[in-house]
Amino acid sequence: MSTLKNPIAFTANNLLDGEVVWLGRNGGWVKSIDEARVFGTEEERAMGAAEAAQADADNLVVEPYEIDLNLDEGRIAPAKFRERIRAAGPTMRLDLGKQAELSQPEALVAA
Amino acid sequence: MYRYDEFDREFVTSRVAQFRDQVERRVSGELTEDNFKPLRLQNGVYLQLHAYMLRVAVPYGTLNSSQMRMLGHIARKYDRDYGHFTTRQNIQFNWPKLADIPDILEDLASVEMHAIQTSGNCIRNVTADHLAGAAADEVADPRPYAEILRQWSTIHPEFLFLPRKFKIAVIGSPNDRAAMQFHDIGLEVRKNDAGELGLRVFVGGGLGRTPMIGKMIRDWLPEEDMLSYCEAILRVYNLYGRRDNKYKARIKILVHETGLDDLKKDIEAEFERIKDGVLKLPDEDVAAIAAYFAPSEFADLPAKDDGLEQAKLDNRSFARWVDRNVVEHAQSGYAIVTVALKGTGEAPGDATSAQMDVLADLGEKYSFDELRVSHEQNVILPHVQLSDLKAVYDALLEAGMASANAGLITDIIACPGLDYCALATARSIPVAQELSQRFADLDCQNDIGDLKLKISGCINACGHHHVGHIGILGVDRRGEELYQVTLGGSGDEQAAVGEIIGRGFSKDEIGDAVETIVDTYLARRLSDDEAFLETYRRLGPQPFKDALYPAKETA
Repeated sequence: MSTLKNPIAFTANNLLDGEVVWLGRNGGWVKSIDEARVFGTEEERAMGAAEAAQADADNLVVEPYEIDLNLDEGRIAPAKFRERIRAAGPTMRLDLGKQAELSQPEALVAA
Repeated sequence: MYRYDEFDREFVTSRVAQFRDQVERRVSGELTEDNFKPLRLQNGVYLQLHAYMLRVAVPYGTLNSSQMRMLGHIARKYDRDYGHFTTRQNIQFNWPKLADIPDILEDLASVEMHAIQTSGNCIRNVTADHLAGAAADEVADPRPYAEILRQWSTIHPEFLFLPRKFKIAVIGSPNDRAAMQFHDIGLEVRKNDAGELGLRVFVGGGLGRTPMIGKMIRDWLPEEDMLSYCEAILRVYNLYGRRDNKYKARIKILVHETGLDDLKKDIEAEFERIKDGVLKLPDEDVAAIAAYFAPSEFADLPAKDDGLEQAKLDNRSFARWVDRNVVEHAQSGYAIVTVALKGTGEAPGDATSAQMDVLADLGEKYSFDELRVSHEQNVILPHVQLSDLKAVYDALLEAGMASANAGLITDIIACPGLDYCALATARSIPVAQELSQRFADLDCQNDIGDLKLKISGCINACGHHHVGHIGILGVDRRGEELYQVTLGGSGDEQAAVGEIIGRGFSKDEIGDAVETIVDTYLARRLSDDEAFLETYRRLGPQPFKDALYPAKETA
């Protein structure tokens, strides 16, 4: 079982409302990255890729792709700034996007 | 302004129905994303970082109060209560649900608006001088020409799948306020010695990763030949433009690589072949379109209004707003108002639904039911009586839109950047906000004087950084945002592409860098009247480089 250099997740946008989603821990697609499934091996990655492609084919989500993650004290954070912004919302409008529902939104996008 | 005829109405309505069907088929799975994507793009629907985005066309930047009110309604009902006016005189909604978009398009159609050809490799929304029909320096209103071009280019079957997108701008005065020379085709309406109207034609201008100033291909083109000549240009481009590499597919590359003289031979030959055909504009058709843009029924008023002068004396803030945001109108007793959507620390070009309602009301009450969107992301009230300026100001002040900074350093252009855009490599809006706050002091801004600061969050240059007197380009360098600075660009009739001044700056450094540039200008200008761009043109980049990158002392 070969371990990936970085843990990864799969992300996409919902077809119907365009909302950012990730493949979830308990199956299906979730709206919070905290609930995203983390893939750590090549085998898991292949499984996740197949699941994502199926969701694309089933017209649930649009254009899924994988993202690198950093795991900081068990908390999932995308490695790339772009993906951190997707996971939170516009950095200058904390009232918009997923961060709007969090109590301390700054934490997600701190550069 | 132009009103839809039966053909327009039927076309736009049927297009909404068609798109509704396409969305239903996408949702049902009958269409895959690969099938659907080109269809949604042709209707202005993008998928951005957080959600779908809908780009609505504002033809040549002109709209009436009902249309502005409808934009506010859409923001309120279907989006997050705001919209973003763009550098293409359009408006973007950042959060619509796909399932709602057919309803949004239906609402738009009810006020004669749509989102057709706001994306894709076709002829995009034609832009024009936002002071059209009002400017004191105008030779002729460019909007009838823009409208004729809009009708010709809308679902033109030959030009819906060009090598790349294609942008046309039209101006009607010798002063270019539409960055006309940075468009695929730029047209300047002018008069010859005989008093006849015609066009000066530029081709191959553009920004993006390869900025080019348009080259003049015709100093004089009779107006009746406008469509034939544009069709000849498009046909030659469609034939020879590169399709193998999207970064080399714009007509500017074809002009550059082929050479204007060679390309002109082909264009002129094609023009010669078609110029007496169906595209030759009959005088009566031109007159019919021009009639839609006939001057409003202005009152006969003196050039000076005593009430206005007194109000300026009574209220310094109002006087400063008049000085910066109000310019002369062609008609005595009237003025053109720029509503700067650039309040301190605000996102350039954003307006709430409530603000759009206020703008609609002001347009209706004080500006003959007309408003404009400028490529500088402001809204214009083009025909305001001098005696009404104070009432307009008071209403804007109450709605948080009375910034007296038109044309000053905080009247910043910024693209949505990495906060919204799937193509962006760095954030733009937070940089604009920081600079807006840093230079917020109006005395300081007025001391600096005319200065165009433009910010793009990627090389595609939606924020027009190449033509900023100070331009900022955000890029990604190994996962960090880095901001490159260009100086000396200009989008006016003395078009110039800014020069890269040196190594880039981090997000934490860029504010100080801009301040250093401004301080260098203030220290080196010959007088308070020498604008930043004049100083830069006189001195060149060296003093600015020296200030930004002081030589390290050696031990």
